[in-house]
Amino acid sequence: MTYWIDAVLQGVLVGGLYALFALGLSLMFGVMRLVNVAHGDMVILMAFIGYITTQTLGLDPFSAMVVVVPIAFVIGYALQRGVLNKTISKDPLRSLVVTFGISIFIQNLLLEYFSADSRAIYSGGIEAQSIQLTDGLAAGLLPVIILATAVILTFLLQWLFGATRIGRAFRATSDDHDAAALMGVNNAHVYAIATAIAIGILGVAGIYHGMRTTFTPTDGPVQLIYAFEAVIIGGMGSFWGTLAGGMLLGIAQSIGARWDPGWGVLVGHVMFVAVLMFKPNGFFPKTR
Amino acid sequence: MSVLLSTHKLKAFYGDFQALFGIDFEIHTHEIVAIIGANGAGKSTFLKALTGLLQVDKESVFYKGENLGGCRPHEIVSNGIAMVPEGRRLFPSLSVAENLKMGQFTGREGRWTLKQIYALFPILEEKQDMPATSLSGGQQQMVSIGRALMSNPELLICDEISLGLAPIVIKEIYAALGKITQEGLTAIIVEQDVGTAKRVSQRLYCLQEGRVSLQGNSDEVTHDEIAHAYFGD
Ligand SMILES: Nc1ncnc2c1ncn2[C@@H]1O[C@H](COP(=O)(O)OP(=O)(O)O)[C@@H](O)[C@H]1O
Ligand SMILES: [Mg+2]
Repeated sequence: MTYWIDAVLQGVLVGGLYALFALGLSLMFGVMRLVNVAHGDMVILMAFIGYITTQTLGLDPFSAMVVVVPIAFVIGYALQRGVLNKTISKDPLRSLVVTFGISIFIQNLLLEYFSADSRAIYSGGIEAQSIQLTDGLAAGLLPVIILATAVILTFLLQWLFGATRIGRAFRATSDDHDAAALMGVNNAHVYAIATAIAIGILGVAGIYHGMRTTFTPTDGPVQLIYAFEAVIIGGMGSFWGTLAGGMLLGIAQSIGARWDPGWGVLVGHVMFVAVLMFKPNGFFPKTR
Repeated sequence: MSVLLSTHKLKAFYGDFQALFGIDFEIHTHEIVAIIGANGAGKSTFLKALTGLLQVDKESVFYKGENLGGCRPHEIVSNGIAMVPEGRRLFPSLSVAENLKMGQFTGREGRWTLKQIYALFPILEEKQDMPATSLSGGQQQMVSIGRALMSNPELLICDEISLGLAPIVIKEIYAALGKITQEGLTAIIVEQDVGTAKRVSQRLYCLQEGRVSLQGNSDEVTHDEIAHAYFGD
């Protein structure tokens, strides 16, 4: 019994990281109906920027976030204002093609500078520490910190959307961007803020990813899949849904892996397809 | 009375399709001008050109001594031109109060605050936490008007605010509008109902196929002139 409880626990913990990948994807889709195919590559890009920051400045990974998050924010803003805003139209194909191009660009850029060798962000031994919950049950300290971060960021995003001026503008422009413009909303700027926040979160997520596992320049697409699955499973339009979607994906993978070590990721995909078939709006769609 | 806004040979296009063919128009401070015309005459297009939703030549729109043509909608509303768009265009994911607060996005200060809007339309205070699009048509129109007022405009533009509403509700809406304009707000009112248009305005323009087919003082234009201006010969 403890064996399966542990599987669920580990799944929930992994889900925290998936949720961190997924929040930005959910945010960008929610505000602009834009699916950022390069989202996973940006996780990896941020992991590399975090890697450089820890190496060159000698910072620990958590201090490095203070450097990397603003960089990610600026990259997000510039990318949206300079490139992606021009692709937003009724036809979603344009932004898909362009972000696909950006995905390939980032992978090749990273390959050029870092080669295909795998790297890791040295986390000072924190990855080996764990919290003993009961006799047979322990949670790694780093995964717990990651999950806590995901919960806090989900809460902050939900608050930002629900209770602030920029959050109202996000929802308004998502409803009707012309009417929002008539209210004084500069859509180009508001979209860029949304992407800046989405990529800013990846400043945190990328470093956590690099602390948990090794990474190479071509790892992005897999992270995109996990993020995408978390968003769909959770249901569009609610960040709590996205967080829950990440956890459900993590649990499915973790239970699958206990069955057969090779099956973990596959069981996650199977659940994703099942959700698409039987609950296409996800488990926690926004109720209007 | 000084000219607040004027257009000069204003042309507007949807892609290759030309919808307006050189509109000359002016409105003075504290004036209420009605625009009438058949469906598809170009009334909404004209308003879209004034509010920046359609890009037009720089020199074709003149407002308070500046060329407004080609400006973006958010810049124009910041300069004091607010629109109550055709079909209300409320934000469905926002509550009544949130919709009204969106009108305050520019941060323009003045007479209109949430409290003042609730004093004008008390029913909205009662329903402030409900989703805006769950209200009745007339109440939604009140939200749309209140939202536009929240930007404290110098020029209020209303596009067919009576469309689809019951006569008694239309009366109520126009009564509220009368109160507002009596305080000196300048307004352009697009209205299908010629009687209402004449009653609420000092001057009117009639559009026909993208051109001004008639203009004059609202109490002087005759029924025959209007009928002719609507449909041509
Ligand atoms: N978004 C659009 N795209 C293309 N043509 C349009 C669009 N909106 C309006 N039109 C055309 O422009 C003309 C004027 O329309 P409109 O300004 O909406 O008329 P009105 O408001 O007087 O009923 C019509 O011929 C209409 O078909
Ligand atoms: Mg119209």
